[in-house]
Amino acid sequence: MTVEEFTAFVDKPSKPVKHEVEKGAIRKFAQAIGDQNPLYMSEELAKKSRYGGIIAPPTFARTFDYGVIEGLWFETEGLIHGDERFHYYRPIKAGDVLHCSRRLVDVFERSGSLGKMTFLVYEQTAADEAGNPVVKTKSTIIYRGA
Amino acid sequence: MAHYAEGEMLKTLTKPPITKTQLVMYSGASGDFNPIHTVEEFAVKAGLGGVIAHGMLTMAFVGQMLTDIVGENGTLVDFGVRFKGMVRPGDIITCGGQVTKVQDEPGGQRVFASVFAQTDKGDRVVTGDAEFTTYAI
Repeated sequence: MTVEEFTAFVDKPSKPVKHEVEKGAIRKFAQAIGDQNPLYMSEELAKKSRYGGIIAPPTFARTFDYGVIEGLWFETEGLIHGDERFHYYRPIKAGDVLHCSRRLVDVFERSGSLGKMTFLVYEQTAADEAGNPVVKTKSTIIYRGA
Repeated sequence: MAHYAEGEMLKTLTKPPITKTQLVMYSGASGDFNPIHTVEEFAVKAGLGGVIAHGMLTMAFVGQMLTDIVGENGTLVDFGVRFKGMVRPGDIITCGGQVTKVQDEPGGQRVFASVFAQTDKGDRVVTGDAEFTTYAI
């Protein structure tokens, strides 16, 4: 896909995907990253904390499905993850019901040592049932396809 | 309550060596099943010389370094990284950072810091920045 073709999708939101945050999923994620923080695993200790229950590690929000932007499809093999940023409005908690969506916010091209590369900047939002954002994520994906 | 000064180094976190089992666990826990992280033959064919760790796994380590220092009294507000190099099974990752700016606020401090992750070979595989408060928000 060309920069122009990608640009046509800028600001078109994906159809939101609803996620129920499960404590078991949080525990498995914490185990995978090797973080023993009791706030992620111990209901008893987490209950006594200021959060009142189990919360998720800061990068957990990246595990959600943020939905498909209609019509935007390209070969994902060989994509490079350039950068990632999280902005927190509050921690994600076990039991949260989150509505996750994303949109392409910027597209630009750069020439580097690997030739011409297209930079795709996505913004992902996980919002609560009232529509308030809980976490916003910005990701830059580098596309080297034609 | 923790008190920070500009230029101060953040307490580092050194993780155990990354294992192939951990990459399989992270794939399952994150839903990122790109075979370059788990299937040796595929990663070799892709020209990577073997499986490489998920960038998001290294970022999770930086996240742990931050939540460890921010603690239960503080709040992590924002954190971003750039992925600069490949991490492989056997690599030992150390995460750290340095305070770049401090703002005094009614409840405590708002702290801005640079962050990094590097391998035991000295490669800075991740660099970035973070913002946190020393008080609950």
